[in-house]
Amino acid sequence: MAEESFLTDDFLRQLMNVGEVDILVGLPTHNNAKTVGSIVHTIQTGILRGFPRARAVIINADGGSRDGTPELVTGVSIDDARPASNLYALRTLHSISTKYANSSQPSNKVAFRTILAAAELLRAKACVVMSPESANVEPEWLSKLLGPIYHDDFDLVTPTYSRHKFEGLLITNLLYPMTRALYGVRIRETYSPEFGFSGRLGTQFLGQNIWTDATNGTGVELRFTLAAITGKFRICQSFLGEKIQIERRSADLVPALRQTVGALFSALEPDFPVWSVVAGSEPTLTNEADHGVLLEPLRINRKRLREMFSTGVAELESVFQSILSPATLAELQQIARLRDEDFRYPAELWVRTVYEFAASYQKSVISRDHIIQALAPLFRGKALTFLTENRNASAEEIENNIEGLCREFERLKPYLLQIWKSSE
Amino acid sequence: MREMIVSELNQALHELARGFAHFLPRLIVMLILALVGWAIAYFVKVVLRSVLRLIKFDKLSENAGASQLLSKAALPSATEVLSRFVFWVAWLGVILLGVSVLGILGLQEQVAKFFLFLPRLFVAMFIMFFGLLAASFFSRAALLAAVNANVPSPRVLSLAVRSIIIVFVLSVVFEELGLAEQTMLVAFGIAFGALMLGLAIAFGMGGRDLARRFLEKKIVRDKKEENEDELSPL
Repeated sequence: MAEESFLTDDFLRQLMNVGEVDILVGLPTHNNAKTVGSIVHTIQTGILRGFPRARAVIINADGGSRDGTPELVTGVSIDDARPASNLYALRTLHSISTKYANSSQPSNKVAFRTILAAAELLRAKACVVMSPESANVEPEWLSKLLGPIYHDDFDLVTPTYSRHKFEGLLITNLLYPMTRALYGVRIRETYSPEFGFSGRLGTQFLGQNIWTDATNGTGVELRFTLAAITGKFRICQSFLGEKIQIERRSADLVPALRQTVGALFSALEPDFPVWSVVAGSEPTLTNEADHGVLLEPLRINRKRLREMFSTGVAELESVFQSILSPATLAELQQIARLRDEDFRYPAELWVRTVYEFAASYQKSVISRDHIIQALAPLFRGKALTFLTENRNASAEEIENNIEGLCREFERLKPYLLQIWKSSE
Repeated sequence: MREMIVSELNQALHELARGFAHFLPRLIVMLILALVGWAIAYFVKVVLRSVLRLIKFDKLSENAGASQLLSKAALPSATEVLSRFVFWVAWLGVILLGVSVLGILGLQEQVAKFFLFLPRLFVAMFIMFFGLLAASFFSRAALLAAVNANVPSPRVLSLAVRSIIIVFVLSVVFEELGLAEQTMLVAFGIAFGALMLGLAIAFGMGGRDLARRFLEKKIVRDKKEENEDELSPL
């Protein structure tokens, strides 16, 4: 209960008024006034439909919104949801909002810690975190993310989505294959804004020292998933349907790399005893479809991706000399000089690049943030290759290609162990 | 007359011998001090070298860009240079202490000045090292940010950041050492002003076409990209 200390007195008072709950819905927000009202309405409908007998609470951890987001969360009445769904809750559904400390900078880490602390204090059995930035949240998502925990005693439910074949390239080309190869568990979305978890997993994660470590500030969601894997908790996946985000963030590659790849690389050091002995990978139980692929044509600026890759390889040579082996760097320089039509970033070279980045991150050969930033132009090269190779590919062909990349990551895992141990 | 000269010569030789006899023990003390000082300085050098190797000082120096400067000047590693430097400073310090034992007027004042100068020398070296470290860090940060933002000529930007920081650090170092403060102040002003003027002229005149292309590219791209779908990495 040491976590109480960072919660405000007012928030603690509100939590005490609620008492114990069965279900907790966490909603981290920051200036989401446009969407948060409908999201809360959907959450309420989802609880009414899926868990009418459960004691439930919505906890809004707000990062200092100036557009009235917290007021909108607490202002949405359960009565608005009842007539539409023609359902009635047998228990009170509470909505509590708190502005976490140091709210000048919204932080997923602090928001998530607030939600976990509230879940522990309220002894919640099943919890779910919902994103206010998903444009198409359905009431059924609550049942899909909470049901396996509430009814079947699972500890973590990660979502799978229907995505366009070229969306989420960082996940399909790095996060999924690498976590699968290293940790031996096939989880499609290790970094997701929506996921369900049990109270015991939340309490276990709350006790980890990640909260006091300044270097692990970003990517807390991914660290949470990895903690569930390393802690041998029961994990499953639920298919939620199409994922539509309110804001497309193609330009935000570096922050995305920090949140995901940075978090993964920083977890590798403490998790070394776990992942170093894992061989191969096991599928994760998935409710409904594993995932979906949308194939509509997209207009993408391939020339720009190519240009940014070549410029990056040429201009960052001095940085890459600190991170990559001479052989890998030479091969990168070679493919950077290829003609546009011949350009291809081979899977093996990509895997070696990523593994060498991970080992250099562990050794801190230069600033760790600089290592993550330096990966951005190379990822663009890999993304371009993926786009080119899968331009006319069917859903099945794309899945085969991703599977091939995953196997390459698994095949070259001994190389990572070799360069990792050489640095110790 | 002859007897007087012989007498004076005898007296002079006598006094010289007495003075030498008086001076000889001090000289021996000084030589002993120098010998002991050498042993102490050598010991300090060995210990310092081991500590620097233990804390991977060469790696830090490499990150600061100091190692590259040393290798260009055909000097040994940063650890070796620093331990040798400390050896010479320590030994020289002990020798000067020994010299002050000789009681030569004027020399004692210089010895005192040397010891007063030592802390400033170490502070200046400290500023120089961390200045180089900062220059390396910020120039790399600028390079990465420029590459990821697709800014033209990222290396020029990075070099400009490094140069500005190094010029600033050098001016602080010289001020700390008290070397030609006025000259350094004026030189810094001129160098900094020249750099800014150069950049202004480069952008205004030399880089006119580049600026035009950059703006065109930026505006045209922005317009063009409005019609393109964007990819989300996550």
